[in-house]
This record gives sequence, C-alpha cells and structure tokens, in this order.
Amino acid sequence: MRKQIEGSRAVAETVALCRPQVICAYPITPQTHIVEALGAMVKKGELNAEFLNVESEFAAMSVAIGASAAGARAYTATASQGLLYMSEAVYNAAGLGLPSVMTVANRTIGAPINIWNDHSDAMSQRDAGWIQLYAETNQEAADLQIQAFRIAEELSSPVMVCMDGFLLTHASERVDLPTQAQVDAFLPPYEPRQVLDPHDPVSIGAMVGPEAFTEVRYLAFERMRQALEVIPAVEADFGAQFGRGSGGLLKLYRTDDADLIVVALGSVLGPVKDAIDELRDGGVKAGALGITTFRPFPAEAVRVALGDDSRLRRLVVLERSLAPGAGGVVTGDLRAALATGDGGPPNTIIHTVIAGLGGRPVTRDSLRHMITSAEQGVLPEFSFLDLDRHLVDGELTRIRATRRSGPSAENILRHLAGRT
Amino acid sequence: MFQVRFHGRGGQGVVTAAELLASAAFREDRYAQAFPSFGSERMGAPVLSFCRIDDKPIRTREPVTEPDALLIQDPTLLHQAGIVGGLRPDGYVLVNSTRGVDDLGLAELEEQHHVGRLLAVPATSLAVADLGRPLPGAPMLGGFAALTKAVSLDALLAAIAERFGDRPRVAAGNSAAARAAFDFVTDELKTVTRHA
Repeated sequence: MRKQIEGSRAVAETVALCRPQVICAYPITPQTHIVEALGAMVKKGELNAEFLNVESEFAAMSVAIGASAAGARAYTATASQGLLYMSEAVYNAAGLGLPSVMTVANRTIGAPINIWNDHSDAMSQRDAGWIQLYAETNQEAADLQIQAFRIAEELSSPVMVCMDGFLLTHASERVDLPTQAQVDAFLPPYEPRQVLDPHDPVSIGAMVGPEAFTEVRYLAFERMRQALEVIPAVEADFGAQFGRGSGGLLKLYRTDDADLIVVALGSVLGPVKDAIDELRDGGVKAGALGITTFRPFPAEAVRVALGDDSRLRRLVVLERSLAPGAGGVVTGDLRAALATGDGGPPNTIIHTVIAGLGGRPVTRDSLRHMITSAEQGVLPEFSFLDLDRHLVDGELTRIRATRRSGPSAENILRHLAGRT
Repeated sequence: MFQVRFHGRGGQGVVTAAELLASAAFREDRYAQAFPSFGSERMGAPVLSFCRIDDKPIRTREPVTEPDALLIQDPTLLHQAGIVGGLRPDGYVLVNSTRGVDDLGLAELEEQHHVGRLLAVPATSLAVADLGRPLPGAPMLGGFAALTKAVSLDALLAAIAERFGDRPRVAAGNSAAARAAFDFVTDELKTVTRHA
C-alpha cells in the first residue's frame, strides 16, 4: 500500500512485517525513530516480538548474537558512535555466522561531535564481515530490510542496511509498503544453521588456535563470495514478487555512452541523477554508477559495468567519508576492482571527491560544477566538495604562527562567527 | 516543482506541518517530500522545515533555498536576517499574525511581490479557539491552501484526519482551525483584489 510516510516509520513497519522475534535497541540519533516505532508496536500487541531495552549498543549487539544463536530472528538498529561502541560484538556476529539484521542510520563519527549524516560509521565496519547494503531512497531502505533477512538467513551472515541519517530517516516521502502476505511469501521462517537447543546441545564460539583459525576465516571469505551470487538472486526474486527494482549489487544510470561516470552510495545518487540529467541536456555525456552492495565489494560486476571501453573516461568517486592518510575508501576498492585481470581499462582517470561530511548538503549546483570541472579536465585527482579554503587556511596560519594555537574546531567556529 | 519553507520555533509543530502538507499533496496523487532542518532542536529555538511537491519523483535532498512559498509560524522571527532569503519573485508569504501585513513592517517586501501573495492569518488565535492550544500548524496550512492553491482544502483536511486519527478531538480541532483559516484568507484575498 502506498503511503506518504517518514523513512524511519516505513522501515519500522517493514521490519515488523518480517516478523522479528527479538528486537534489541539502544537509542541514538538519527536511528531512534525506528526502534521507538517498533517498541510501540510490540507494546500495543501489534507485533509479537521480545523487545529488549539494553544498557548500551555493546549489549544490543550481544543480545542480537544471543537471540540469533537461540534460533530467533533478531533485529537492531544504531548509528555513529553507537556502531563503534558495539564494534567488538559486530565482528563476533559475523565471525560466528549468526544472521541478524541491523539498520544503520548513517551518521558521522566525532570528534568534532556532530549528529549529522555521512558514511563514516558504516565504513569503519566495512571489514567486520557483515554484508553492507546502501539505500538510495526510503522505498529502497524499506525493501532492503526484507531482502536483508532473506540474504542473512540464506547465508548465515549478518546484514547491515545503511540508510542516510536524517536525509532518509527523517524525510517523509512516498513509500509502497508490502502486505504481510507478500512478505510471508518472500521470507520463509528462520531455519538456523546452528542453534542452542537444550535437547541437542552444542557449543558455539570455540577458541580456535593457529591450527585452524585461517581455515575458519577462509569460510568467512567464501561466504562473501557466495553473497555475490545470492544478493542478485534475491533482488531478482524480489522484483518478480513485488514488482519493483530494489537492492542488488549495482545500479547503472545513463552509463551506456557516458564519458564520465559518477560513482556513489546512498541517497546522494538522487541529486547526482538530477545533475546528470541537467548536464546531458547541455550535451555532457555523464552517467552514474550506484553501489548498492558495498560489502562484499562487487568487483566483477563493476568491471562488467564499466566494460573494457577503450575511450578515455573519467570516474568521479563521490565519497561520503574520509580515510585520513589514504583518501577515499570507495576509491581504493574501485581502483583494485579495475586493476585486476588484464590491468583494467587503461584510459580511465579516477577522481576522488570527499562530499557531504557531517551533514553538509550535497547540492545540485555543486555536483554540476564538480562534473563540469571533471569534464574540462580541471578537477584535481583528490578534492573536497565545497571546501571553505579560507577557513582552513586561516587555521593553518594560526598553527604555523604559534605553538599553542588551541583547539582547531573552536578556532574555526570562532573564525566563522566573526565573519557575520 | 513547488517548494515551501516553514519557519517557526521548536514545539510549534513546523515539522508536523511540513509532513501534513506532503501528505495532502500525496492524496492528490502528487509526489511530495517533507523534512526538518535536522538541527539539535530545542523548545523555543528557531527551526525550519521544508516541503516539495511535484508531478514526478523528487530526487533532490538539499534544503529549500529558493522557496515558492514561505510559512512563517512565529511573527517574532520576521525580522531575522535571511528569513525571506531566496524567495522567488512571484513567491508567496504567509505570516501567522493578528496584525495586517502593513502593521508588520512588510511594506517593502510587499512591494517586491505581487498583490495578494503576502498575507497574514491569525493562526494561533484560530488554533486556540478551535483546538484549545496555541499550535498554529493546521490553520497556517489552511491559509496556505487558500493563498497558493497548491493543495486543496479537502486534501488537507483528509491529511489532518489521518494524522490525528487516534485522537478525534485533536483532529476535529485542527480541521476546524484549518477551515477557518482557509475562509479567512479567501476573504482577505477578495478584499486585496478589490483594492488592487
């Protein structure tokens, strides 16, 4: 049923349709509305699940692990510092092969403390062994929850559904929510591969020494390889049953004849498409490659999508997080994907643009300017979108001028306030 | 695309108002997007929310910087720097006030805009009368519907009824206040047009 609905609410209602048996949560902005709504549904008796308020995110993930090991379908949601706080347990869930689903309402990580959106949180856990899916719209954020449970349980691997905090979680837009019957037909009851059962006791979580650790870890690698097959199969099945495209490995937008392709994850793909349409009207052959599945990284699919075109092409990777000392996380994976085999397309120039950190809006004007600069060959290999160079230079000057230059964040804010 | 920016104070329901407008537009089979300004909002602090309405899916997610309409829910914000920033030349402004536009010191702004596009509506008074609480969101939207015709009153009333479906008295009060504001602005527009 089509509704005009807040993203968090759409996700909560969809998660409820997935019949989770255990929901554990600790509130953190901008994720809170999701678990609040689920909590209310459990309290009203609309959703038959165990809802656990826990004392921290570490406990939230630990409960998800325990519930999953006991054979229950487990769900939690978090963001930012909350995700970092549960990080040890995040690795454990994947290492143990316990298939819970977690929604991450993407928010940056301090310091400086900031409640707004970027992808720093999820990117920090990219090697934890979880499958990571990124939603472009609230429709996709809702649809991915259903697909996530199916993928997680089929592979016995936890899945993280990433949706941009505030931009999606707090935005009201049109979402087609499925019926219970539709979800039931798509998502069978959880059939655990391993379960703690008093009638058939096993232990889960053995200590493994050097004699077999590599082999157990190899299986994690193998599971991700399988995920690259399961995710598109689930996407296809979802499309057949629900009549719309959501999920999968990649999304291509007007790439066929494109000389320039913007690569991005999440909701920024919307304004990127707007900018591309506008520039195409002016004759610029631009397109977009959306990465829906970031872990496992769909290297082969990227190679196929970008082809072995011999024309000179530019890829502009729009990074929603910063890897200090390295640049952009997505760029690294993309370069590796294109460099395998016979060396990849030789005529490809890759630009990294760090954009929208800590909630700075990624505007159509800025995107248009970025694409045009790339097209004209004046976009640097690495840059920050809309960086206020004057503010940065002011602080760099202070740092050079005096040893005790003080805290940079405060200095910059003071400088900014002094302008008005 | 029709873009609206709401200005108010934390606790006045600016976010709810933007969502109600989106919901009303959705009922008319249009695409709509509503979102808050994402601050760490506090009761009484100035807050913003946004709504976009279009005939096709809306992909942009940046704040509304060039609004077609401004809804100013708290007249004490009127002289805040930049409140009318980016307003389109033919844009609408609706101010919540018991005083007329001339008394609010908006003559200069009115000159820049077409007659009948800048109006005041006593939304708080109407809300107190019909709802019993000083929450101007619904009557502001009633006035907005009359002023801009961007959504119909019926769609707005249906959105209000759905939003407050579990609280019939709140739904009835908000609906009555929205209707009263719609009538008020309709009458004002007749007067303005006569004098033009």
